[in-house]
Amino acid sequence: MVDSQQSVKKDRPVYKNIGLAQLIKYRLPWAGKVSILHRISGAALFLMLPFLLYLLDQSLASELSYQKFQAITGHFLVKIICLGLIWSFLHHFCAGIRYLLLDLEIGVEKVDANRSAIFVFFLGLALTAVVGLKLFGLY
Amino acid sequence: MPIYQIGPKRLVVGAHYGLKEWIIQRVTAIVMVVFTVVLLVDYCVTGSATYEGWAALFSNQFMKLLTLLAFISLFYHAWIGIRDIWMDYIKPVSIRLTLQVLTVLYLVACAAYAVQILWKV
Repeated sequence: MVDSQQSVKKDRPVYKNIGLAQLIKYRLPWAGKVSILHRISGAALFLMLPFLLYLLDQSLASELSYQKFQAITGHFLVKIICLGLIWSFLHHFCAGIRYLLLDLEIGVEKVDANRSAIFVFFLGLALTAVVGLKLFGLY
Repeated sequence: MPIYQIGPKRLVVGAHYGLKEWIIQRVTAIVMVVFTVVLLVDYCVTGSATYEGWAALFSNQFMKLLTLLAFISLFYHAWIGIRDIWMDYIKPVSIRLTLQVLTVLYLVACAAYAVQILWKV
C-alpha cells in the first residue's frame, strides 16, 4: 500500500521552476494563452513605438511626406510587419477589454472566462483578417 | 494601517503596494479605447483616406489634446506593463534597475517625439 502510494507520487511531474523544455509540454488553458499573447503583443508594440511614431510623423508632416508614408507602407515587407503590429494591437485591445470586464466581475465564472478567452482570441484574428485584407488591397 | 518603516528595513511588499499602478493601467486603457473609437468614427464618417482629411483632423486643437492625452496614457500604460515584465523575468536587481531606467528614458523620448509630431501639423 505504502509502496504503491510512493510510486504514484514519483510519477507525478514536479514543476518547481518551469524550464524551456517543460514549457513545450505545459498545456495552457485558453485564458493562459490569451494572457501570454497579451503580454507578447504589448511588448511588440512597445518595441515598435519609434517605427509607429515615424509612420505617424510621415503621414502628417506634409503632402510630400504623406506620399513617402504611402511608399513605405506600400512595401511588401513593411506590410507584413504592419500586419503583425495590427494583430498585436487588436489582440491587446480585445484581451484588454476582457480584463476590464473581469475587473468588474463580469464573466469571472470558470466556464464563462474560458469561453470569453476563446472568443477574444478568435476575434483578434478575425479583425486582423478584416484590416489585413484592406491593407493588401483585396477590397 | 501598517507602519511603513523608512530606512534599510523599509517594508516593500504588502497589500496596496502597486494598487496605484494597477488603477492607472486601467484608466489609461480606457482613454486609449476612447481615442480608438474617435479615430474609427472619423474614418467611418469621412470614408476616404486623403492627406487633407487626415491632416485636418489633427490640426484641430481638441483632437491634438485628445491625441496627446492618448499618447501620455499609452506611454504610462507601457511603462507599467514593461515594468511588470522586468519584475517577472529579471531577478538581479542591477540588471532590472538598468532595464527600468532605459525603459523610462525610451518612453520619455517617444513622448517628446509625439509632441513634436502633433504640433508640426
